[in-house]
Amino acid sequence: MTIQELLSEYEELVDWEEQCDYLIDIGRELPVFPEEFKTDSNIVHGCQSRVWLVAGLDQSHDHEFVRLQADSDAMIVRGLIAVLLAAYQNKTPQQVLDTDIEGLFERMGLNRHLSSSRRNGLHGMVERIRRYASEIVGAEGSQ
Amino acid sequence: MTEFDYLSVRAQFPVLMQTLNRGLRPTFLDSGASAQKPACVIAKEREVEEQYFANAYRGRYLFGARVDDELEAARQKVAVFLGASSPQQVAFVPGCTAGLNMVAFGWANKHIHPGDEILITLMEHHANFVPWQQVALERSANLRFIPMTDDGRLDLDRIDEVLTSRTKVISVCGMSNVLGTINPIAELAKIAHSSGAILVVDGAQSVPHMASRVQETDVDFLVFSGHKLYGPTGVGVLYGKADRLEALDPTVFGGHMIDRVWADRSTWATAPAKFEAGTLPIVQAIGLGAAVDWVNSVGLEAIHQHEQNLLAEATRRLSDFPGIRIFGPGLEHKGAILSFRFDDLHPEDLALMLDRKAVFTRHGHHCTMPLHDLLGVSATTRVSFGAYNGTDDIDALVGAIEFAREKLGVSGVQNK
Repeated sequence: MTIQELLSEYEELVDWEEQCDYLIDIGRELPVFPEEFKTDSNIVHGCQSRVWLVAGLDQSHDHEFVRLQADSDAMIVRGLIAVLLAAYQNKTPQQVLDTDIEGLFERMGLNRHLSSSRRNGLHGMVERIRRYASEIVGAEGSQ
Repeated sequence: MTEFDYLSVRAQFPVLMQTLNRGLRPTFLDSGASAQKPACVIAKEREVEEQYFANAYRGRYLFGARVDDELEAARQKVAVFLGASSPQQVAFVPGCTAGLNMVAFGWANKHIHPGDEILITLMEHHANFVPWQQVALERSANLRFIPMTDDGRLDLDRIDEVLTSRTKVISVCGMSNVLGTINPIAELAKIAHSSGAILVVDGAQSVPHMASRVQETDVDFLVFSGHKLYGPTGVGVLYGKADRLEALDPTVFGGHMIDRVWADRSTWATAPAKFEAGTLPIVQAIGLGAAVDWVNSVGLEAIHQHEQNLLAEATRRLSDFPGIRIFGPGLEHKGAILSFRFDDLHPEDLALMLDRKAVFTRHGHHCTMPLHDLLGVSATTRVSFGAYNGTDDIDALVGAIEFAREKLGVSGVQNK
């Protein structure tokens, strides 16, 4: 699902109740996360629930895209992961860095509806993704 | 015994009488974090602000004198409430955390030396855990833990494994903020004193729910916070035996707490002033006096009985849910706190769904990471009761859990 598809469905919904259910639904459909990746080094800190996130580079095309896999033991967090995956899918490291993710959260009302600890967890995931992307961009710049 | 009229108690709490979005009524089950305030406490705070506010113990004019009188009256009320022999044993401090830090570092100054031992428990809130841990690190003392039974009580049969002639302090919570365990304070005081140690009690959870009887139980220090006792935030109480307060060094220095200041040294005022440096939380401390009056007007014992009945009822009804694990000991050993976790429903998700039904609970590690390590879970959901809760709140809780389970389809999901 692209972020445009996600947003057009999300913004059809009348209130946070429905949007919350929607996030849980798309969280259910996350791609399976390999059990062997559920290691301490892949845990994102700052989350109340456990979140694992693995970032890699997909170089099978003529572009190199950031490839993300993530999972959580909380369903609402899986829903937020689904949003992140949609926002960052098929993007180069530079495009990841250029993505206005805060604007997206604002547009979806997440800052309003999520508690501060959940927002911190979400930002923890974003930070980790951005750090990965900036390492790639930095390494390429120095070559 | 007459039925406890929780509806008329609740009617005194404006915040609980609101109607929220979609016609929901707030079901407040997080008094363990902070209790709501009755109208009389709010009115008292307003009275101070609007009628006679001034700094305390400084200006001998009309307002200042009134504030002093009100503060001393509040101090007296707290002393009687705790069963202390004198209001001079009650110091107003910024909160329970500040008070526990003051005891830990103030006592360590003269009384904890390298190789000495400090005995706490793994069920302590970080506020009664980290200060002692840091004192131990600073003073090269050893931090040890009283063994616990599998159901989350202190195992005093095994206290000899950790109590030594070097034990200088035993510091425990009166009631666990997660397990609800009520600890045997009088027995612990005997144990402490028989080996020359002092007993410090973190009363944050116990003081609002049961009589503290500080003289009878023979505790050396007891600390609690106002906002869990239907009072304002920003004020707590440090109680100590008279001789212990004298032996406790101040750790916060400044105005009012001194006897005499010279250019190169100072001497201290006697307690409680020694522990009240700077401007007090004046309005809050006076408000706390009003909260004590309010609790007395309902009756602490009546509140206790009512809350224990709610705990029993909630435990019974939640036990019916499949896959639930309720933490802590049996009802005879615990107070008004119920922490649990479902096999197939994450506390994070549950909290979100309960919130949608205006059922307010707490989830997470509740500032007890070592305890959660012991329990083997990263987070739990906690329900805690106050005088204003009733069986209708338990109905709402059960209904909201059913809603969460249905919405999250916990039975038919592949990913836990």
